[in-house]
Amino acid sequence: MTTTVEPVKLAPDGQRSGQLLDRVLKMRELAILVVLVVMLAATQISNSAFLSHQGIEDLLLNATILVLVAVGEAVVVITRNVDLSVGSVLGISAFAAGTYLHGGGNPLVAVLIAVGIGVVFGALNGLLVSIGQVPALVVTLGTLYIIRGIDSIWVGSREITANDLPGGFITFGHDGLGPIPYLAILAALVLAGVGYYMSNYRSGRELYALGSSPEAARLAGVQVRRRILAAYVACGALAGLAGALYLARFGNVDSGTGSGYELTVVSAVVVGGVAFTGGSGSVYGVALGAMLLTSINSVLPSIGVSSVWVLAIDGILLLLAIAVDRVVALRVANVLRKRAAEARSAHHG
Amino acid sequence: MNQPETAGRPVLALADASKSFGAVRALQGVSLELFAGEAHALAGENGAGKSTLIKMLAGVHRPDAGSVLIDGEPVVFHGPSDARDAGIAVIYQEPTLFPDLTVAENIFMGRQPRRSLGRVDHKAVHAATAALISRLGVDLDPGQPCRGLSIADQQIVEIAKALSFDARVLIMDEPTAALTGAEVARLFGVVRTLREQGAAVLFISHRLEEIFGLCQRVTTLRDGRWIASEPVEGLTHDDLIRRMVGRDLDELYPKQDAEVGEVALSVRRLTREGVFTDVSFDVRRGEIVGLAGLVGAGRSEVARAVFGVDRWDAGEVEVGGRPLPTGAPSLAMAAGIALVPEDRRAQGLVMDMSIERNIGLTGLRASSRAGLMNRAHERSRALDWAVRLQVKYARLGDLVGTLSGGNQQKVVLAKWLATAPDVLIVDEPTRGIDVGTKAEVHRLLSQLAADGVAVLMISSDLPEILGMADRVLVMHEGRIAAEIPRAEATEQSVMAAATGVAAGGKAA
Repeated sequence: MTTTVEPVKLAPDGQRSGQLLDRVLKMRELAILVVLVVMLAATQISNSAFLSHQGIEDLLLNATILVLVAVGEAVVVITRNVDLSVGSVLGISAFAAGTYLHGGGNPLVAVLIAVGIGVVFGALNGLLVSIGQVPALVVTLGTLYIIRGIDSIWVGSREITANDLPGGFITFGHDGLGPIPYLAILAALVLAGVGYYMSNYRSGRELYALGSSPEAARLAGVQVRRRILAAYVACGALAGLAGALYLARFGNVDSGTGSGYELTVVSAVVVGGVAFTGGSGSVYGVALGAMLLTSINSVLPSIGVSSVWVLAIDGILLLLAIAVDRVVALRVANVLRKRAAEARSAHHG
Repeated sequence: MNQPETAGRPVLALADASKSFGAVRALQGVSLELFAGEAHALAGENGAGKSTLIKMLAGVHRPDAGSVLIDGEPVVFHGPSDARDAGIAVIYQEPTLFPDLTVAENIFMGRQPRRSLGRVDHKAVHAATAALISRLGVDLDPGQPCRGLSIADQQIVEIAKALSFDARVLIMDEPTAALTGAEVARLFGVVRTLREQGAAVLFISHRLEEIFGLCQRVTTLRDGRWIASEPVEGLTHDDLIRRMVGRDLDELYPKQDAEVGEVALSVRRLTREGVFTDVSFDVRRGEIVGLAGLVGAGRSEVARAVFGVDRWDAGEVEVGGRPLPTGAPSLAMAAGIALVPEDRRAQGLVMDMSIERNIGLTGLRASSRAGLMNRAHERSRALDWAVRLQVKYARLGDLVGTLSGGNQQKVVLAKWLATAPDVLIVDEPTRGIDVGTKAEVHRLLSQLAADGVAVLMISSDLPEILGMADRVLVMHEGRIAAEIPRAEATEQSVMAAATGVAAGGKAA
């Protein structure tokens, strides 16, 4: 088509403001990384044993499980929903995998069982939220208790200990390539896979779209219910996988495993820069957020601060993250508002 | 421009379609035929059912009765994607974009070009977007997030989206409402080219001259009913208005003469950066001042700032000679200002609360003693105003959400009139309500002015402004572009100022 229209410059610095926003968004992940690195470096300086072979291994092992669950949670939060049942799913799938292994099962099948249980509960959450049109907070609070209840009835006072598990499974949970545990490598692969999917597949982009504006997504023909269901299934699957890895790492599961974990997970997501209003942030940021939160657990004892402070400091980080996001959002809005005004007066003045 | 071929089957048609929402009959037995290569205007007042009709064609609503036909074959759209796959592109009045995503992603969401393994080809998306944007002759960065784009730019993104899937039918719901003169001209250039290439266009606009300038046929709706479908050629503006309104204008705008008293509201050099600049005006007791302008010109924003919902950066507001602090709605209320907001569902009412409670919201202090509500007082206050404004309801305890649009608007008015304001600001007071109620609202505003209330009326409905206002202030891009006394206010003079055409252009 050839329209004979003079090009009109609508936004003289569209380019610049685009880059500005882009930079701010990338900065969000960079900021967490900087905080993390500075914190670790400072600790290393005050305690040179901190980043030993064992120290690095512990840091990564501690982060692994939270990273996995938080990445799944981030996928759900990006769609402007939330899944509070991840702690319960982690607990019940860990116990199921442990019971199966105790009976002499194959470790790989055990992992698949754990993931399968996560998928089932994820699908339940997803169906209730997408088809029932009930607020996700309420639905998953309900399933949190239901799954924990089923877990308690089934497990009772039993527990799985490392003695019940095959040696290879425990070894897998502790060994690694040099200081890098296998579990962390697995988590990194999952993270890379999910991150790549979220930015390079239509359905991944649609998750962002429907979190950004559900109405616009519907009008653009995005199958909203199917996508929300898929996000919950993915979140459940990752919580299940995390359950299996929890078993491998700690070798000890009872009916209370994973209780209250959902709040840590949600904190990691928010600290990692995924907005609760959906549509923004990345799973990479969330992984960094999870590492930041778990590293504090190791940092405080290393510099001689009592670990009773951990929770309070997690809370402060959370509030800081939200405050920074809010201030940045306001500033960006302000800049854009003034830019638009300048552009208008430049164009029409 | 030569008259295009209209023979043959309509590309898209609506046959005898009806649609109700609860008790509200939005459309009754409406038919419409769109032909390839023809621009068809849809005319009608606010609330005539135009948006419902469009949503039916777009697959958002399914008709209760009647059918949608494509190339003469009845089809059922199960969702917007069905309509889109059938080659129907809709550009809505308010752009529906993803604020967090880039321009390019907004255009190609769900339809991104792909490379191996089903991955999105980001480079191709970017390049295709750049091509579309340059085809539209604008300068927009495909990689820019849509958050922060002006309405005009968002509109461009919507149009690019429609172009991206080579739509056979282009439906535009008031696309020009927020565009400047140059942008409108550019848009029309694009639409004409598309039409000449064989696309069918359905165009909605409140500006009659746009209908006459762009379209070949026009279908008029009134109160959800089909009135006429006819060629634009040979039709006059007055004919079209008569079909839209269905009665004489004077009856619809019962303006009483009122005695103009002292200044009640005085706004001086009010500025909110990037939103409006250097806005000054007075509203006197007994006067209705119309505030006209295009959508996005900053009218509602000025009202919100005066009432204290938004802060202002510079300037001052005085009520009855006393300065008002910025950002304090409760003080504005105490000073005697009432604001009937633009969006009654989201801002004017609590939809899940009863009529009585909604009216009671502005009088919680008056109806309570020592922090406890006096329910009898609240009820009698609500009853008093509901009766005075002739709200049609079964019981005062009914949820506001169950009322018709017109009655909801009366409840909002009741809620604010119950505060006995000296200054009443009404923002789009008759948007989306039926003609009968509209006349009642106008009579009420007129009566209030006669009783000495200073009324500031924001409206996009030009006849309403011309029919009701003693003076017309026109805003253009955040500034007061003109102040026109009632005697000199005409559609031409107001539109000229609103679109930024040199002052006094065609003023009568």
